[in-house]
Amino acid sequence: MSNIKTHTFDAVIVGAGGAGLMAALYAGKEANVAVISKLYPTRSHTGAAQGGVGAALANVDEDSWEWHAYDTVKGSDYLADQDSVDVMCKDAIPTIIELEHMGLPFDRLENGRISQRRFGGHTNKETGKPVHRACHAADRTGHMILQTLYQQCIKNDVNFFDEFHVVDLIRVDDTVRGVVAIEIATGDFHIFHSKAVMFATGGWGRCWKVTSNAHSLTGDGAAICLRRGIPMEDMEFFQFHPTGIYRLGVLITEGVRGEGGVLINNEGERFMEKYAPNIKDLASRDVVSRAIYLEVAAGRGINGQDYVYLDIRPETVNYYNEKEGDPTRIDRAYIESKLPDIADFTRTYLGVDPVTEPMPVQPTAHYAMGGIPTDVDGRVFLDTENTVLPGLYAAGEAACVSVHGANRLGTNSLLDLVVFGKRAGVDMANYCQETELLPLPDNAADEVIAEFDRIRNGSGGVKPIDLRKQMQLTMTKNVSVFRTEEMMAEAVADLKEIREQYARNVQIDDKGKQFNTDLLEAWELGCLLELAEVTAVSALARPESRGAHARDDYPKRDDAEWLKHTFCFKEDEGKYRLEYKPVTLGRYEPKERVY
Amino acid sequence: MQVHMRIRRFNPEKDEKPYWGEYTLDDVDPNESVLDLLRRLKGEQDGTLTLRSSCAHGICGSDAMRINGVNMLACKTLVSRLGKEGSSEVKIRIEPILGLKVQKDLVVDMEPFFDHYKSVMPYFVNDSPPPADGRERLQSIEDRARFDDTTKCILCAACTTSCPSFWANEKYVGPAAIVQAHRFIFDSRDQAPEERLEVVGDSFGVWRCRTIFNCTSACPREIEVTRAIAEVKEVLATGKI
Repeated sequence: MSNIKTHTFDAVIVGAGGAGLMAALYAGKEANVAVISKLYPTRSHTGAAQGGVGAALANVDEDSWEWHAYDTVKGSDYLADQDSVDVMCKDAIPTIIELEHMGLPFDRLENGRISQRRFGGHTNKETGKPVHRACHAADRTGHMILQTLYQQCIKNDVNFFDEFHVVDLIRVDDTVRGVVAIEIATGDFHIFHSKAVMFATGGWGRCWKVTSNAHSLTGDGAAICLRRGIPMEDMEFFQFHPTGIYRLGVLITEGVRGEGGVLINNEGERFMEKYAPNIKDLASRDVVSRAIYLEVAAGRGINGQDYVYLDIRPETVNYYNEKEGDPTRIDRAYIESKLPDIADFTRTYLGVDPVTEPMPVQPTAHYAMGGIPTDVDGRVFLDTENTVLPGLYAAGEAACVSVHGANRLGTNSLLDLVVFGKRAGVDMANYCQETELLPLPDNAADEVIAEFDRIRNGSGGVKPIDLRKQMQLTMTKNVSVFRTEEMMAEAVADLKEIREQYARNVQIDDKGKQFNTDLLEAWELGCLLELAEVTAVSALARPESRGAHARDDYPKRDDAEWLKHTFCFKEDEGKYRLEYKPVTLGRYEPKERVY
Repeated sequence: MQVHMRIRRFNPEKDEKPYWGEYTLDDVDPNESVLDLLRRLKGEQDGTLTLRSSCAHGICGSDAMRINGVNMLACKTLVSRLGKEGSSEVKIRIEPILGLKVQKDLVVDMEPFFDHYKSVMPYFVNDSPPPADGRERLQSIEDRARFDDTTKCILCAACTTSCPSFWANEKYVGPAAIVQAHRFIFDSRDQAPEERLEVVGDSFGVWRCRTIFNCTSACPREIEVTRAIAEVKEVLATGKI
């Protein structure tokens, strides 16, 4: 393939969401960097994040980064590495201030400071009561972060390769040499030759049927790393956000509950009072999602269906505020100004006006706590001994630092992006200055080109959409909020069969070159299938309940045996090996988790 | 219900000129979006059908297209909004947005759009030292509200490609770029309004706007685009922000 165009940079960043753009701003100060994205950067899913980004600014009430760290560790069900959590929560404060200095239009308080709201699991450690920690711009905080970072990248002349789809990592032994990408508009393959590569490609919620995730969230970066010998950490921990729009899965921010909204069952009962007597609707997401499942299982879903109501009507919020001695009163104007996008979504998709009607919600596949294992500077680990693969980086949802452990707190994903995106960018720039560009191997793109030829020329008559549906069905049924040995074993078996179908019989319609999204989406399905399988295999091997991994057959957490991270390695086709790594504890000893 | 779709098709590798493709989908739920239907068509009937999409709920701006002659986001347009009430059949006509070169089917070349966007200095400028206490710059609730509306823009191009002035002359920066300029011109913290006003005040800037309001109707974020343009015009005319 002599017509492959080669580009040379010090570093390439794959993905242009919050982590990738933050890394680009920092790496770009010292190194020649390219950002490669299969989308236009402003289409990245960071833009869909709503409610806020966590930092203990203490603008509204007393707070400290140590409390933020405690909440994060508790929320993680003690699986997070506490040294990493400290870095994130401490860095949070200057990093959010820095975003403001970049122009991010946060909402403001009367005194002109950044406005903060309450969010699930964020508390005052002394009183146990919810604390205002989520810095926000209405309910489009992620949108404003994405826009602001992209704007600053334009200001700083960052090199972008928009709508270039990265499909392989060029790894030679324990070095990286760059990536292979397809220019979507032409279908041409390109090689990006570089000293360092960073994956900031986001999550893989599209493994499930009902998800808050974009169609483009197919886990490309994680799957590419897996194929190139990088283990995946803690993949059994996938977050189901309690409040997705019924059937559609579109996210309804936890900020709704932060502003006083409550969950209601078919009997009109505020059921979270039973499950989390202290902070009720603001308990961690895993706790709330399980509560919804249990209510539905007990026949208390709305009209006996598999959903409940999220109620932000002023009369409801004001009733509970009065009952609890909270002087805050809200009205229509308050909802329209604090939650305009939520109001728009429910009006558009449900014909429901949240000011006058409750919103039907159900848990939705939302966020990968697991992913490509890294240290706090984004450097990727090759094994459970923390051996770094020099030059390879990951950050954001694609990565697992691990700061989220078994369950992420709301507002900590946007925080993760900016804190670890920045740290990875800085480290990558330093690395590039100390390192020589190693030569490209011969025929670096041949293997992935062969895989694309196989998909393009496949004639087995099986449509990708059918395999995708089968995958989503088994993941939704068997690897969801509650799991059992039997269910997960069924998923592993199903996925093996689907993968074999994919390898043998997948067939697409579009045989052309230009804008061949049929081909690219079929390739993305391959990524999803592998990550689904790793998720199911990792889950099946963990006989305990911790955070988002809740098992009916092992309902208790087992710290004696299972306070450890899972590392899943891909062996030969379809074979996986599991290893484990101790959790880094710190000042917070694991104890029973009560909200 | 049953949906009949006419879709403007063009594959540069095969077709000399665009044509209408006709498709029928059965068992459509009225609450499905046009994007859902297009993805079903692509998956089930014709994988060559090409479009951009990502978030599927109106926040990423990928899937602006002309639906029954009006610019909309496919993902925010439910089938129930397009048919006559009570009817079990709906006809939908789908074309790429106008004024940008069609690359394939519903995919247009977005580069000229983003070039206009970049031309208005769409980024925050404030080179004065930040507060000595290491904290945020202060801004009043009123000053923040001044530019709230234009911070909602998702750069989907629905406004610019619905604008007759843009159709008439592609050098016009267009409503979306002016919305972005507005977002910074009216931000009390920003220090570069003059440079930005120079760009939007030139002969391919705001004065091309003939207040037709197509942009405002097209905006899926309900930004008052024409009003934002008028506010920029007023600053140019009076010299006062």
